[in-house]
Amino acid sequence: MAAPEVHHLFHHPIADHSFSADKQTLAVARDTSVELYGRTGSGFKLKDELKGHDKLVTSVDIALNTGRIVTCSQDRNALVWEPSPTGYKPTLVLLRINRAATFVRWSPSETKFAVGSGARVIAICYFEEENDWWVSKHIKKPIRSTITTVAWHPNSVLLAAGSTDAHARVFSSFIKGVDERPEPGVWGERLPFNTVCGEYLNNSAGWVHAVSFSPSGNSLAFAAHDSSITVVYPNGADQAPRAVVSVNTQLLPFMSLIWNGESEIIAAGYDCEAYRFKGNEGGWQLTGSLESKGRAGLGAAREESAFNMFKQMDLKGKTNDDTQLKTVHQNTISTIRVYEGSGGAVRKFSTSGVDGRIVIWNA
Amino acid sequence: MSQSLRPYLQCVRSSLTSALCLSNFASQTSERHNVPEIEAQTSPEVLLNPLTVARNENERVLIEPSINSVRISIKIKQADEIEHILVHKFTRFLTQRAEAFFILRRKPIKGYDISFLITNYHTEEMLKHKLVDFIIQFMEEVDKEISEMKLFLNARARFVAESFLTPFD
Repeated sequence: MAAPEVHHLFHHPIADHSFSADKQTLAVARDTSVELYGRTGSGFKLKDELKGHDKLVTSVDIALNTGRIVTCSQDRNALVWEPSPTGYKPTLVLLRINRAATFVRWSPSETKFAVGSGARVIAICYFEEENDWWVSKHIKKPIRSTITTVAWHPNSVLLAAGSTDAHARVFSSFIKGVDERPEPGVWGERLPFNTVCGEYLNNSAGWVHAVSFSPSGNSLAFAAHDSSITVVYPNGADQAPRAVVSVNTQLLPFMSLIWNGESEIIAAGYDCEAYRFKGNEGGWQLTGSLESKGRAGLGAAREESAFNMFKQMDLKGKTNDDTQLKTVHQNTISTIRVYEGSGGAVRKFSTSGVDGRIVIWNA
Repeated sequence: MSQSLRPYLQCVRSSLTSALCLSNFASQTSERHNVPEIEAQTSPEVLLNPLTVARNENERVLIEPSINSVRISIKIKQADEIEHILVHKFTRFLTQRAEAFFILRRKPIKGYDISFLITNYHTEEMLKHKLVDFIIQFMEEVDKEISEMKLFLNARARFVAESFLTPFD
């Protein structure tokens, strides 16, 4: 397996990152601004800075076709940045929320985006031609706490959301005039706005950190704070799901997950490395880490002689230096995204973390 | 290290490692605020169950985790009156310099001698395993320190008493 591509951008947490369709631009949420990096050879160079928020930017997403960037922040606002010849032009979105915005994602159709918030609502935002601005409709009903994450179904109508009230839910975000009527599927037949198509809780009821639909959209995976991953296979409207498979691990909780085909999930989080899960309706299991440990040059190869020990004691006042973790990321991985793939299969994926690194891995 | 201290510290270490899974979380009760939830206690769903690890009735650690902060309180062993005074003076010395210690809380939780408050900002800036090491090392060292101080105090008291009583010899 080829070595991962590591880019250490700065010493500051990266809340979220997103690549453009051609992979030449990388948007990184850093503190109160979003930094745009351009690819130069094998590295990334700071190109532009999007300043418009006055509190921590929590999420950023680039629309693959239109190139629009949406950002949201703890200052309760979301901004859509339109690319223009003179640079990016921000437009404020009428979110109508009074708490922090926590998570934002474009729908696959790119006509809408969903903003999760601490005000116990999800704002589904779309562009209104007659008023020339982005307006929002709220999904409110059964949400009891902060929304931590959202994920879109490939049909751009269904939306999964995870929250600190320990539920992963699937909603319909159908908006008349924007969406086409979706085909009836396993999640339900009629889907007016704010229909709750599914509500799932895992055994120990941990906060949900990540949700994701499988490439076909027919199953849902979510990661919770009890270090588990749960995969749900629904069985049509108003019926109990066909299967709910939970995998408990001895690891620290996962913060983010992606599907690789229908039978593999890659998840990463507080353990600072990515793990692979494999399975199907019959059961899922953890198959191992994606990182090969004990790489040369990191501790393992160091000469363990008495001379070296005394030298270390003289230089640093201690014999062994354990300030560096054995993983590539040196702190929590907060986001994992598909970098390159086709038809649901992932060839490469990127991770970003609290340590300020962006790493591109081979799946 | 004594036989009962090792599992005690090991237990505290693993509990701390799993408790220190923190993320940036804005307040859901007040607008544009971002406060340690364990101190605010305004949203019960983002607090986890507090955990007490006790070695005996005099030595225990209370770990109170939440989504963006963890409070760790330590009860230091106090066998007699002198140790009680020494612990009080020692923790007072530390808490008065709380700014320089970053994770130290200015006031201990009731029933405990010293408290630490670790927020997501600390785990972002510092290495998590080193933070855990620091707490464990503190717990190891503090007993040693107190008993050393007690011995020193006794020796000094003996010396003072002797030199005071010499003229009456």
